[in-house]
Amino acid sequence: MEGKKFNERRQIITLIILIVGGIFIVRLFFLQVINQSYKLSSQNNVLRFVTQYPARGTIFDRNGELMVYNEAAYDLLVIPRQAVIADTLAFCRLLKIDIESFRTRFEAARKYSRYRPSVFLEQISKEDYGYIIEKLYNYPGFFFQARTLRKYPRPIAAHVLGDVGEVNNNDMERDPVYKMGDYIGKSGLEKFYEKTLRGHKGMKIMMVDVHNREKGSYHDGIYDTLPITGKNVYLGMDARLQEYGEKLMVNKTGSVVAIDPETGEILALISSPNYDPNLLVGRARGKNFNELLNNPMKPLINRAIGGTYPPGSTFKMINALVALQTGSIDEGTRFSCQGKGSSPIKCTHSHVSPLSVQPAIENSCNPFFWNTFRSILTNPSLHGQKKALEYWHQKMLDFGLGHRFKTDIPFEVAGNIPSRDFYDKVYNGSWNAMTVRSLSIGQGEILVTPLQLANLAAIIGNEGYYYPPHLARRIGEENDSLPPHFTKKMETGIDARYYRLVKSAMLDVFEGGGGTARRFKIKEFQAAGKTGTAENPHGKDHSLFMAFAPYDKPKIAIAVVVENSGFGSTWAAPIASLMMELYITGEIKRPEMEQFLLENFPDPVEQ
Amino acid sequence: MRENKSIFTQIELPVVLLYLALTLIGWLSIYAAVYNEEHKSIFDISQRYGKQLLWIGLALVLGLFVMLTDTRFFNGFAFIIYLVTIGMLVAVLLFGSTIAGSKSWFQIGDFKLQPAEFAKFSTGLALAAFLNRLDTYISQTRTKIISIGIIVLPAILILMQYDTGSALVFSAFVLVLFREGLSPIPLILGLIAVVLFILTLYFSPLYVIIGIAVLLALSLFFTRRNIQVIMRLLAVFAVASLFVVSVGFVFDSVLEPHQRSRINVLLGLDEDLRGAGYNVHQSKIAIGSGGFAGKGFLQGTQTKFNFVPEQSTDFIFCTVGEEWGFLGTTVLIGLYMMLFMRLIRMAERQRSTFSRVYGYSVVSVLFFHFAINIAMTIGLAPVIGIPLPFVSYGGSSLWAFTIMLFAFLKLDANRLNVL
Repeated sequence: MEGKKFNERRQIITLIILIVGGIFIVRLFFLQVINQSYKLSSQNNVLRFVTQYPARGTIFDRNGELMVYNEAAYDLLVIPRQAVIADTLAFCRLLKIDIESFRTRFEAARKYSRYRPSVFLEQISKEDYGYIIEKLYNYPGFFFQARTLRKYPRPIAAHVLGDVGEVNNNDMERDPVYKMGDYIGKSGLEKFYEKTLRGHKGMKIMMVDVHNREKGSYHDGIYDTLPITGKNVYLGMDARLQEYGEKLMVNKTGSVVAIDPETGEILALISSPNYDPNLLVGRARGKNFNELLNNPMKPLINRAIGGTYPPGSTFKMINALVALQTGSIDEGTRFSCQGKGSSPIKCTHSHVSPLSVQPAIENSCNPFFWNTFRSILTNPSLHGQKKALEYWHQKMLDFGLGHRFKTDIPFEVAGNIPSRDFYDKVYNGSWNAMTVRSLSIGQGEILVTPLQLANLAAIIGNEGYYYPPHLARRIGEENDSLPPHFTKKMETGIDARYYRLVKSAMLDVFEGGGGTARRFKIKEFQAAGKTGTAENPHGKDHSLFMAFAPYDKPKIAIAVVVENSGFGSTWAAPIASLMMELYITGEIKRPEMEQFLLENFPDPVEQ
Repeated sequence: MRENKSIFTQIELPVVLLYLALTLIGWLSIYAAVYNEEHKSIFDISQRYGKQLLWIGLALVLGLFVMLTDTRFFNGFAFIIYLVTIGMLVAVLLFGSTIAGSKSWFQIGDFKLQPAEFAKFSTGLALAAFLNRLDTYISQTRTKIISIGIIVLPAILILMQYDTGSALVFSAFVLVLFREGLSPIPLILGLIAVVLFILTLYFSPLYVIIGIAVLLALSLFFTRRNIQVIMRLLAVFAVASLFVVSVGFVFDSVLEPHQRSRINVLLGLDEDLRGAGYNVHQSKIAIGSGGFAGKGFLQGTQTKFNFVPEQSTDFIFCTVGEEWGFLGTTVLIGLYMMLFMRLIRMAERQRSTFSRVYGYSVVSVLFFHFAINIAMTIGLAPVIGIPLPFVSYGGSSLWAFTIMLFAFLKLDANRLNVL
């Protein structure tokens, strides 16, 4: 009886022990085998993935001059748990921040993690770094991490080069390569060639202990990857020419585009007003960006590829070329600029009348080109005015107008060449040459960008073809690395002999006794050009000029637009002339002209 | 001479092997927990594994001494040993050093000793000696009171040293008393009290009291409804309600803040992963990350880089879990189960009450340590800092457990000589 009772109790005790052991094993099975989340937690605990930032590729001009390079900058990191700051005020003075900023930054870091480092103060310059590092031993828990910042030896070409900033949520969503705090090209070449310039991030896997102290590399670094430096981009741009053009455009609104007609490489691309690219680097970037954004002169807009203007008289040559090619007129065809022929568009110049095509270009005779345009639309071989306009529209596209070149900086616009459909819609199908007459002199619905205008000069200089204008001439160290559409020869389908006619007329603009740009003739070589004065509903006319030089074998084609400055010959022509002189001869021998441009331009505020 | 020879032939060899296996696992885990490249020599006394190797060596010597001791010594000197221990516990309160919040250490130079560890051994001896007396019967109230007194006295002294964990260990002796014939009602009542305590922390006291009332009212339907039954139920209700109401008071006023937060974390009422929950959370990460087969010896990252605090002492189980995985933890638990089963079998085969009671004391104390320690590391019990027997780092506890176990082995080997 007794024995049985105690045997029972022995079994109960045995059972309790076995049940506890069983519970443990079941619990451990769930903990260790079923539940996967602890495995992840353990990795996050121990492995610290330290990103090795690659140096961003640099950008060179056509002569090998550095336009953008990297400069070391330093982020100050903090591990809040280890941070000891005896004298907060002294610390703030050291970092040049105010106490309020100190508090918010420290609080943000603590909120992120007390054990993991976070950026306390970003992008400290090399100079400040040298000063701070000497005192930093007083502040445990703070340390530096090297980053790079863009630096511009010459403060030029801000619109072309673009800027670099921290990635936003959209960037990270689009491409998971980007992580918080990474840099990405935000505009210009930096944006277009982002994938080339950025290189590949490396990853160092470090093991850390509970206090976040590094304990060496994980598996002796066999999983580490080295960063690969971004590729360099070599531009067709001439930094000196660009700088000079920017200087000439100071205080003026507008743009200058210069192209190498042989290759389509852009030699200079200036949009004015502009800004120092160094403003959008470093800690002041946000502040400066907002100031530029709110500036009423809109310096952030790249007018060279994003501004559209009526081409005015510069457009007349194109109509002449189409008319000659279609046989609508010939070299000898003359139109009177007085009397009946003068209507509906009057001539603004005084010259002998009637004129043939060559002197008509030279004298920019409006009635001649109205008649020319009408003769295209009424040309029987083009099957009626509407079909003729379709043909004309296609020809304009061939000249690189009305569409984008897909050049290598973002925000390029197409301009506008009105189509038959457009007029059918607007005029309910009943329209004719008379209705659309302003097309004959480059007014009305026609809008071109300065880039397209410069390309037009290149086409004429080349006598009939162009390469889509682009900035890069080489990407990385290997040849033939350009996007293929930049090296595709584009033909206009108009005979070279007609171009020669137009060219010689443009030569007379500089060289002829009555040429509108004769005052800006260059001694060393022959240049050809055409002024334009585009009517502008918003104010004073825009001054336009297109040119190329040397006449026989053009090396530079240029377009200049100076907004609201009146006749093309006043401001746009001398700028083009000086820039061609600098590019071809390498020096400026007419300082008085330069002086005049810099000093006598009316203050935009007074207009 | 003849006796000594028989000792080593009659010794329960499987238990000795289990003991050696556990200390070896312990030492390997300590080595892994504090391993670093700079100190590779296993004899490096500046490192914990070096020291533990020394402790193990000394423990084996101690075990040998215990085996050579005359069995009559244990019974005859039980009360003297007990009183000496009580004296030490008082002395440590007066002259001891405070380590990690517990004033429970004698420190002589580099050498530290914790009398509480040895109190478990001597309490077991005293309880065994007392119940062995011919005039004691567990059914007697006097016997019950004195037995409980023997157990509670050292527990109170240890509690006064702020070493709650070690004090709680003495509750394990309830199992011994149960085996010797104590009514299971105290056990069941204790269980109910724990359940009520937890329920009260989860829900408000009012809901728990309503729940009790509903249960008691329902029980009326299944019993005879006379005045006596109703009076009894009312009495139960009154006591239970009083208990429930007092829980809030005890929890807020009697328990220390760290004890409160540990209980809150365990019950999931508080998820403070950086504070009180940190240990357990990190411990679970370490064990959980081991997976089925573990990361391999010395490959554990959580324990090596100190994510788990106290990982070579109270949280040594994490290292086993991380480096040897589910296989390793199951094997370790299996070893303990085998040890406990063996010891129970040995206790039951003793001829003397002394040996049997002592044997059950050994099992109960070891089991309590095992259960609370592992339950704590896998988040089933609040963080109570008591070591895992034979495995955790520490000289005092290893020696105390060794003496305890080997004394029983000696008694067992000598059982046939007991008349």
